[in-house]
Amino acid sequence: MKTVFAKTTGLTDRVFHYCPGCTHGIIHRLIGEILEEMEIIGQTVGVAPVGCAGFCENYFACDIIGAAHGRAVAAATGAKRARPDRIVFTYQGDGDGASIGLAETISAAARGEKLTSIFVNNAIYGMTGGQMAPTTLLGMKTATSPYGRDESMGYPLDLPKLLAQVKGAAYVASVSVDSPQAVREAKKALKKAFQVQVDGLGYSFVSILSTCPTNWGVTPVEALEWVRDKMKPYFTLGELKVPTVEGGGKE
Amino acid sequence: MAILMKGNEAIAEAAIQAGCRLFCGYPITPSTEIPEYMAKKMKKAGGTYLQAESEVAAIYMVYGAGAAGARVMSGTSSPGFSLMQEGLSYLFAAEIPCVIADVMRGGPGLGGLGPTQADYFQLTKGGGHGDYHPIVLAPATVQEMIDLTKEAFDLADIYRNPVILAVDGILGQMMEPVEFPGKYEAKVLPAKTWAADGCEGRPKNNVISYYLSSEAGEADNLRWGKKMAQMQAAEQRFAELSLDDAEYAFVAFGTSSRITETAIDMLRSEGVKVGLFRPISLWPFPADGLLKRVPQIKGWMSIELSAGQMVQDVRLVVNGRAPVGFYGRQGGMTPEPEEIVAAFKTQILKGGVRG
Repeated sequence: MKTVFAKTTGLTDRVFHYCPGCTHGIIHRLIGEILEEMEIIGQTVGVAPVGCAGFCENYFACDIIGAAHGRAVAAATGAKRARPDRIVFTYQGDGDGASIGLAETISAAARGEKLTSIFVNNAIYGMTGGQMAPTTLLGMKTATSPYGRDESMGYPLDLPKLLAQVKGAAYVASVSVDSPQAVREAKKALKKAFQVQVDGLGYSFVSILSTCPTNWGVTPVEALEWVRDKMKPYFTLGELKVPTVEGGGKE
Repeated sequence: MAILMKGNEAIAEAAIQAGCRLFCGYPITPSTEIPEYMAKKMKKAGGTYLQAESEVAAIYMVYGAGAAGARVMSGTSSPGFSLMQEGLSYLFAAEIPCVIADVMRGGPGLGGLGPTQADYFQLTKGGGHGDYHPIVLAPATVQEMIDLTKEAFDLADIYRNPVILAVDGILGQMMEPVEFPGKYEAKVLPAKTWAADGCEGRPKNNVISYYLSSEAGEADNLRWGKKMAQMQAAEQRFAELSLDDAEYAFVAFGTSSRITETAIDMLRSEGVKVGLFRPISLWPFPADGLLKRVPQIKGWMSIELSAGQMVQDVRLVVNGRAPVGFYGRQGGMTPEPEEIVAAFKTQILKGGVRG
């Protein structure tokens, strides 16, 4: 019988702990497939965040360093500077990359660190039980914005748009995984990001709009609709920066 | 052949000679000669000087590089060392070798630029969260800074543990004649088979600091406890001066030990039989060596550039068997030997202090 789908060797056989309808699983698969297709599983070091994906060392088939909350990019910088011949990526949530680790994210981009950051934005702190995140939309109810986020709590940060302004960022993309087509586009963006690193062009960053049905209090299908209806209109989408020939990148 | 070298530069040169090829740091007085020397020399040595955006980032760059198997270090001064405490807790838990130099300055707060030893508690009691201790080495001369820096890298690799060089601002800034390579003898070190540096040809490695169950957490903590007990058994270091016939003893490290040596000369010229017990490892505190002197010593005195921190460890060892006094200056000030002599006479000879 013809094989139409096989689990990637970029992932281990461990069963995901993620909630039903959470898109971490899709994103993990895409990364695993890319590591396999690019034949870099054995040359890659991933850096795990703190948050729901903080146990991703169980799932990715490559070596993993577990960082503190917000420090994944700094740890990845150290690993890459120590071993420039290795492919290094961070896997972070929006709280990790856009709040507690914002300085690390922007500084790594400014230095043009030759590593790849995957930024999974579900507009909420998932692991701690659904508190307000730097990306929580205005009006959105969370455990720490129980009456809805209002302007006194600030505005959701559009991190990829911000990073696209930074010279050392060579590739910045903002994608989603809310439909099969979106998943395919997300994979293309992720693969480009890894290729930019392989080519030594600078910092590559892919933001992925993700879901959290559990903490949003909706069904998996409703969660995907919410990404389409609420998140996609607010967060800038597409390839926001692509590399120039000489590296660095341009808008 | 001896050359004249500044303490901070001596640390940096010794680190390069020890095979360190990555320095991650953020400039802060009075430790800036460490990053400056690294910036100047690392490239020629085939290594990298990496200026971080903060000490918080610097310690995690060290974390990532160490996790990938590199010999890596950072250098900072007290406020920056405070920012590194979270990272040191993580480094300990993930069992990542690295060397950090803390060139201590006045505090608390932004403090001043003058020398202190007031980070002693933070250095030796586990400055971050959780039950842990890094090995802490306290040189008293620029030559010793060289020797201990080299040794620090080996100890870090042997125990898979961060090792701290505790230096006060005077030692960091002063110039003294030194010799390279120094007294250091290379050790046979364990292979870094645990490193997360790409799993080609072997099972994958994870270098992490968390656990999913409390049972696993307790098991990890018990294992680390055993490791710390091994360090306490094997790595206590100290030096003694004029203690064999002594009736009284000072305890001091770093710059305060050198000022105390002059005070000892002055007291000896008056016929007072007094000597010096100088801890070189602040953690593990050299309790065994100090304990051996307890039966003969009628009075102890700890001299520190702080409000009195190490004196607590001295009192734990002496345990009431003799009075333990303290004299110190703070905020970047250093005591004159005469002040130490006067405090010793008041507190110890005239019995002003009880243990």
